[in-house]
Amino acid sequence: MQEVENIVNGQKLFLREEYQEVLENKKQFEGGMGAINPEKVEEVAEWTKSWDYREKNLAREAITVNPAKACQPLGAVMVALGFENTMPYVHGSHGCVAYFRSYFTRHFKEPTPCVSDSMTEDAAVFGGLSNMKDGLKNCAALYKPEMIAVSTTCMAEVIGDDLFAFAEAAKEEDGGEFLPEGYPITYAHTPSFTGSHITGYDNMMHGIMSQLTEGKKGEKNGKINIIPGFETYIGSIRSVKAIVEAFGAEYTMLGDHADQWDMPAGDYKMFAGGTPIEAAKDCINAEATISLQKYSTVKTMKMVQKRWKHAGGFSNPIGLKGTDEFVMKLAELTGKEVPQKLKIERGRLVDAMQDSYPYMHGKKFAIWGDPDFLIGMVSFLLEMGAEPTHVLCNNPGRGWEEEMRALLDTSPAAADCHVWAGKDLWHMRSLLFTQPVDFMIGNSYGKELMRDTGTPLIYVGFPIFDRHHLHRYSISGYDGGLNLLTWITNKVLDQLDEETKDIASTDYFFDVVR
Amino acid sequence: MGPESLEERQKAAVEEVLKAYPEKAAKNRAKHLGVGGPEDESQKTCGNVRSNKKTVPGVMSQRGCAYAGSKGVVWGPVKDMVHISHGPIGCGQYSRAGRRNYYIGTTGVDTFVTMNFSSDFQEKDIVFGGDKKLTKCLEEIDALFPLNNGITVQSECPIGLIGDDINATSKQYAKQTGQTIVPVNCEGFRGVSQSLGHHIANDTVRDYVFDGAPKVLGESIEPTEYDVAIIGDYNIGGDAWSSRILLEEMGLRVVAQWSGDATLKEMAQTTKVKLNLLHCYRSMNYISRHMEKEYGIPWIEYNFFGPTQTIKSLRKIAAFFDEGVQAKCEEVIAKYQPMVDAVTNKYRPRLEGKQVMLFVGGLRPRHVIGAYEDLGMEVIGTGYEFAHDDDYKRTKDEIFRSTVIYDDVNEYELEAFVKKLQPDLVASGIKEKYVFQKMGLPYRQMHSWDYSGPYHGYDGFAIFAKDMDLAINSPVWGHSKAPWESEGEA
Ligand code: SF4
Repeated sequence: MQEVENIVNGQKLFLREEYQEVLENKKQFEGGMGAINPEKVEEVAEWTKSWDYREKNLAREAITVNPAKACQPLGAVMVALGFENTMPYVHGSHGCVAYFRSYFTRHFKEPTPCVSDSMTEDAAVFGGLSNMKDGLKNCAALYKPEMIAVSTTCMAEVIGDDLFAFAEAAKEEDGGEFLPEGYPITYAHTPSFTGSHITGYDNMMHGIMSQLTEGKKGEKNGKINIIPGFETYIGSIRSVKAIVEAFGAEYTMLGDHADQWDMPAGDYKMFAGGTPIEAAKDCINAEATISLQKYSTVKTMKMVQKRWKHAGGFSNPIGLKGTDEFVMKLAELTGKEVPQKLKIERGRLVDAMQDSYPYMHGKKFAIWGDPDFLIGMVSFLLEMGAEPTHVLCNNPGRGWEEEMRALLDTSPAAADCHVWAGKDLWHMRSLLFTQPVDFMIGNSYGKELMRDTGTPLIYVGFPIFDRHHLHRYSISGYDGGLNLLTWITNKVLDQLDEETKDIASTDYFFDVVR
Repeated sequence: MGPESLEERQKAAVEEVLKAYPEKAAKNRAKHLGVGGPEDESQKTCGNVRSNKKTVPGVMSQRGCAYAGSKGVVWGPVKDMVHISHGPIGCGQYSRAGRRNYYIGTTGVDTFVTMNFSSDFQEKDIVFGGDKKLTKCLEEIDALFPLNNGITVQSECPIGLIGDDINATSKQYAKQTGQTIVPVNCEGFRGVSQSLGHHIANDTVRDYVFDGAPKVLGESIEPTEYDVAIIGDYNIGGDAWSSRILLEEMGLRVVAQWSGDATLKEMAQTTKVKLNLLHCYRSMNYISRHMEKEYGIPWIEYNFFGPTQTIKSLRKIAAFFDEGVQAKCEEVIAKYQPMVDAVTNKYRPRLEGKQVMLFVGGLRPRHVIGAYEDLGMEVIGTGYEFAHDDDYKRTKDEIFRSTVIYDDVNEYELEAFVKKLQPDLVASGIKEKYVFQKMGLPYRQMHSWDYSGPYHGYDGFAIFAKDMDLAINSPVWGHSKAPWESEGEA
């Protein structure tokens, strides 16, 4: 029973004798193997750690177990929230939207506005036109966004609704009351049965950029466009801006959701920050466009490079080399020298890397996440002399596996570094048991891997639900590199303490100075 | 507070909110908003609101879908079965391990609740159909997870639209292997909310667990006179455990939990119990009624939130049994009373008169009212995501004062009601949490207990009281205003 001076929640409550008895007693009614024959559970658990299991596991063709990817409209919602006063609108089932909102909200600890037009069974039969007519109107009336960015759930895609025609019809029926002439309703088809959340990002970004710029091609505006990609680190967006600003360059960050998911306390406003719609309309007239995530912007950048003929291209500013390349690209595009500020920042990062290198050198890492994130993170690990033993990407784009292989081949430990394209986290479990590593880098789903295999987890990635505020930091630029270095090095040191803290047995290595 | 009464302010708030809508939407929403009075016999449902209707498009509803009702609520917590999210990758990923359905087991070996199994549909599966892939999925699961006691197939939106026949596929595989395979046609577009998913899932329990004669491990139980089942408790934060302990203390034998920490065997054996105890009426009344009709098992609703309702419920349950149980029930009540008094004495003065607005799903919009009132707090607004008329009828008996009632409330409305009525605490879900916290309002998540709990039973009430105090009396809410801001400005 609780004691009023020491009320405990479930964590400690259920450890008490009376509850342990309840749990023990329950077993007589249970049909799980743990209740019937615990030895059998142990035997199978052991088997799941074996090479035999690993081979069977890697041979899986149909079932995905513990994936490391999500579906298209999630990425589309992120894009929409990166534009000023823009409401993400998802045409299809509202259940999906409830999921997108809670998923982002759990990660950012911030509200995530997004509406749906709640299609149900009758819409499956007759199409979702009337939902869209009512939905756009209600959304505009209630929330007064400056733009509505429409993406789709599986349902709307399977029945084949035509977004462009529907949006036009909605405007016509409204007669300008809530959706005036020229009101921007941008759209993208985001079928979840192809690609992943980063594909949805690409589709929506392509949709917004191509549709807003229709008929706007004119004089060059002298600016550089930056597309962050599916960026879940608010601080990274700010680091990138600081680098561009250091050059004094005029730029447009296309899809800038940093302020939306980082609102100060005080008053709640539904939208904050974001690319101004006017700036977005003019992005076609920029000198150059740089995408920071190649695999999240394939279609978008094809348009920018082939049709718009912008200079720029891809640049992934994670790690030292990645940031150097980004800085040099800006130097080239602006025709300016690298600013002193950045030179100092670089020097500080290198200094810090040289201070800490003994702790990362030779350490084996397993890492998973989105394809561009992995390219950046792996190059940083290599810069520190670490060994990325298992690099796993559940949603690689075309060419990613080769690119990652080539990157790993620059390591002296190349032969022991493995690329796992299209695999999931249940595969990772087998890999960790059969070819163990010292540390894992990944999202909250790594927690079960940590429990099962005992490998310490360093939280970098998306989603992170069970650690606070990491997303506020940067992992890009020289300052972001310093954050990564700090997190990883200190986790290595924590682990060293953990392993050496046993009194009178290992604590001779329990050093106060490291 | 101004000169107007609470009721007048509530009525004005409802009127005000409706003004923002276009005509058609306003007409619709007007039927879902109302003000309920505790003694108002004229009202058919609390606040006379209409419910379980299609959501108005474009308004940022908080509702989920049928898949969420089946996979997320009813089936997902059954721990010794594997639940496939059948279709594209999203649904299963977003609903993975977010609900805190606690269980004991070796995850990945004999239990699977926090994992995500997805058939990860690709374009070719949509075009050519995914039944073959499903069979392959079932085979692979049995090969790699041999201790699973069955597999459910949770349909996502596309399944019902592309003409797949998961029922035939599952049946065939079940026949070949003797395994329990449960196809669930819970596509997200069916119905208007989670609610239909509950119903569909309940029906599949009937068809595949009761009528399907699943193989169950171990010996079957010998029935006793005191066997009961807990129905509609998902063991969020351990709620079912802190309920179970009380039932056992009063001499009952809890044979099954539905479905928090449940195994298939427990569910299959429930047909032998003497009484079904129904906590979440909305999600599991269907199967309770079925057991009543087919197996003659009576069911009663109970409420283990807050001491007043807990005591009432314990007595109501005991009344079904002999004097021995009734005597023990009184002993249980007497045993916990000093602790409850101590908790109430400690926290009530800190919470007295604080006003609360709720918006949750299932049973909580009415069930938790009593727990707040036990602490001297006043619930002045409540509503359900996916309730039906019968829920709003039941709500009439649970409110203590004039209460604004909002069915399927959306972001706009909830924000407007809170701004108008200025409660001291908002208690709802994760999606709304940070909206109100940004306004400087204390907030508790009432789906997940904000990663605390359990809240059921006596021990749970102590945690509930402590958490509400923590939220309302935390110093952090006082920091919003900077010292350089002058009075009146903010
Ligand atoms: S996979 Fe399809 S049905 Fe599932 S959440 Fe994504 S869009 Fe919705």
